[in-house]
Amino acid sequence: MRRRRWSRIAAAVSVVAVVLGATACSSSSKSDELLIYNAQHESLTKEWIDAFTKETGIKVTYRQGGDTELGNQLIAEGDASPADVFLTENSPAMAAVEKAGLFADLNKDTLDQVPAQYRPATGKWTGVAARSTVFVYNKARLQPDQLPKSMLDLEQPAWRGRWGGAPAKADFQAIVSALLELEGEQATAQWLAGMKAGAKIYNDNIATMKAVNAGEVDGGIIYHYYWFRDQANTKEGSGNTALHYFKNQDPGAFVSLSGGGVLKSSKKQDQAQQFIKFVTGKAGQEVLEKGTSFEYPVASDVPANPALPPLDSLQAPKVDPSTLDAQKVTDLMTKAGLL
Amino acid sequence: MVAPPVSRTAAPVSRPDKAARPGPLVSATVAILVAATCIPLGYVVWGAVSVGWTRAYELVVRPRVGELLFNTVGLVVVTVPLCVVIGVGVAWLVERTDLPGRAFWRPLFVAPLAIPAFVNSYAWVGVIPSLHGLWAGVLVATLSYFPFIYLPVAATLRRLDPAVEESARALGSDSTGVFFRVVLPQLRLAILGGGLLIGVHLLAEFGAFAMVRFDTFTVAIFQQFQVTFDGAAGSMLAGVLVLLCLVLLVAEALARGRARFSRIGAGAPRAANPIRLGRTTIAAETALIALTVLALGVPGWTIVRWLWIGGTKVWVLDDIATALGQTIGLATVAAVLTTVLAFPVAWVAVRSNGVLARAVEGANYVTSSLPGIVTALALVTVTIHAARPLYQSVALIVFAYVLLFIPRALVNVRAGLAQVPPGLEEASRSLGSSPAATFLRVTLRLTAPAAAAGASLVFVAVATELTATLLLAPTGTNTLSMRFWSLSSELDYAAAAPYALVLVVLAIPVTLVLFRQSTKVAAL
Repeated sequence: MRRRRWSRIAAAVSVVAVVLGATACSSSSKSDELLIYNAQHESLTKEWIDAFTKETGIKVTYRQGGDTELGNQLIAEGDASPADVFLTENSPAMAAVEKAGLFADLNKDTLDQVPAQYRPATGKWTGVAARSTVFVYNKARLQPDQLPKSMLDLEQPAWRGRWGGAPAKADFQAIVSALLELEGEQATAQWLAGMKAGAKIYNDNIATMKAVNAGEVDGGIIYHYYWFRDQANTKEGSGNTALHYFKNQDPGAFVSLSGGGVLKSSKKQDQAQQFIKFVTGKAGQEVLEKGTSFEYPVASDVPANPALPPLDSLQAPKVDPSTLDAQKVTDLMTKAGLL
Repeated sequence: MVAPPVSRTAAPVSRPDKAARPGPLVSATVAILVAATCIPLGYVVWGAVSVGWTRAYELVVRPRVGELLFNTVGLVVVTVPLCVVIGVGVAWLVERTDLPGRAFWRPLFVAPLAIPAFVNSYAWVGVIPSLHGLWAGVLVATLSYFPFIYLPVAATLRRLDPAVEESARALGSDSTGVFFRVVLPQLRLAILGGGLLIGVHLLAEFGAFAMVRFDTFTVAIFQQFQVTFDGAAGSMLAGVLVLLCLVLLVAEALARGRARFSRIGAGAPRAANPIRLGRTTIAAETALIALTVLALGVPGWTIVRWLWIGGTKVWVLDDIATALGQTIGLATVAAVLTTVLAFPVAWVAVRSNGVLARAVEGANYVTSSLPGIVTALALVTVTIHAARPLYQSVALIVFAYVLLFIPRALVNVRAGLAQVPPGLEEASRSLGSSPAATFLRVTLRLTAPAAAAGASLVFVAVATELTATLLLAPTGTNTLSMRFWSLSSELDYAAAAPYALVLVVLAIPVTLVLFRQSTKVAAL
């Protein structure tokens, strides 16, 4: 009797295990779907994918990760990568993958949709959205005349312990890469040393903004859209704060391009090209204008969300996105003890 | 994470004089497993060699590593003694005093094991958003891990022979003297075993500390991975972390020493006379209530509060069902496979006496202390360069789970197997049954309950695993802990709450199994 019971239990467990295992395997990778290595916000990419699938019938799946994580992963995978498309939040990871020679040329009609200042001259990838660096500050703790004139001022001892940032994230590293490009290695290393000594370190932009809102620090370096999203929502994380744009071609006025590109190794070149064309097309860019992302559209003449100041009023410094050096930034930040 | 807290206090297994020889199939399986456990260590060594001496030196000897070392060592040095004080104190109160409501308290302090540490961290950050740094880490870790001390200590206390204490009393010792001179020394093995387990968890935990912005080695390795994927700086940090683990193992072994605390003969098991608390009863009850509020009330209340705030909107049933299905699928496959593989290993460890048996013991001892992040990093690097078909596959992540959690299955299967009298197997063989039939009819039947307990431990460990899963999950896989992590990293605490709830509910039955096991040990 007992033996029967045990063997029955054992049999039942193994059957369940095999069935569950099989479903777990089958749900994980289907070869007929377009695979995106996605470092953009999951919610935004999902909006794009849903609209794209609806229009073309092409099914899309994605692997979520950070900019440089997925960029370096693509480089490590090389020609055997399973990815078809790469989407990022910032340019340095795109530049790194381009440098490794892994991108296919984008179709001309895709490039024609995007003004030249929002994509690299090489045509290996394109900007798909943009975000601006801002200084978010606590209105009770800082008056407008006490604001830093330049992002470089934050390395001064006067700012010690009073500002925050999220150096482990690709967002912040993109800003540092612009600093490196504009001011050179020595100035960047010095600024990073100032940050290590003087800044409070947070996990990401939202945590930084919330800390500023709670008065833990007077201000912080983040991207604009986190603030606008929260303002449009509950204002729980930003009610006590305002934004300061550095403008004046300051490194702190850097506008970072989110990138999209097609992998040369992809066996679905045609569908992958269609996806990038869709994202930079009118429908794709209108997702940015009308959706909840508050990122700037960059192509097909789609205007920004009316809540945002116009992109061309931000006096951003001119930086060729292809020259941004993620590797160098990682090394400098590791040396500064921020990583 | 839940692990067997009584593991290291179990009685040593006696080996038969005439060691049995394992067959070729068993030997091969065990040898392969032992070899596989060397992959993470091999990766660390290979990483150091391949970047070259100067670069390795540059990456290891730098202020950031000093900072991480200070944080990580500080965490262990503060948290472990704190857990010992709380764990022993609570165990003593519920086992040895006349405290009212002991039957109610006894299982309650095992319950924190059902709450993954990263969920606990999420709860505390929800209550105090500015919580960060070493003390935040200590707070969360202590509340999550003190049951690892409480459980074995309570079990040991129940089993102690009261005669020794009565002799001490008769010789003139007061209660305090008896506790420090007689009771505490007998708890040494339980405390050291639990302490080691906590130390290992502290070194390996990622989510709980990342959420309170406390940078330990594991957190920093993860950050490096997010920036560089398989970069040299990350693998160097992993090397230092592995060294720390080995230091921990050696420290525990030295502290354990060679002293023995067993009594000769079975004696007459009976309960000790409860100590009267008298006027301190109220203070004791208050302390226990406070601990319950901190360890269970805060997470429970936060989860309920976020669920309330989120309303029906956060129950995105499609996503939750998919995550639940994938989690149960992965955890079931990994649990069954791990337990099956634990059998040959346990058999070698219990029944044979050769080089293989010693290799198994050693490998198991070391891997049980290896953090998931090191194993995961090693497997990513090895498969991307040398085993491409396995890269990003379900098979690989299941393999990682087997490596990470086989020590947990092994503890149980081994204990079960040790209780099977070889005489029964021999009788079955002499009556004409084949070895396979004997195994199925005799050995498996007798070890089935122990194996089931082991499998359920592995199941929960996999279901609540975060670090290795984040690195190894195949494209399209989204387990409960991954979804929870992604939502709570975006500070969408309300949307993360249903996942936290499901994770806790999944872990509750196994926590009960643990509690039952510990009471059964006491009844032996």
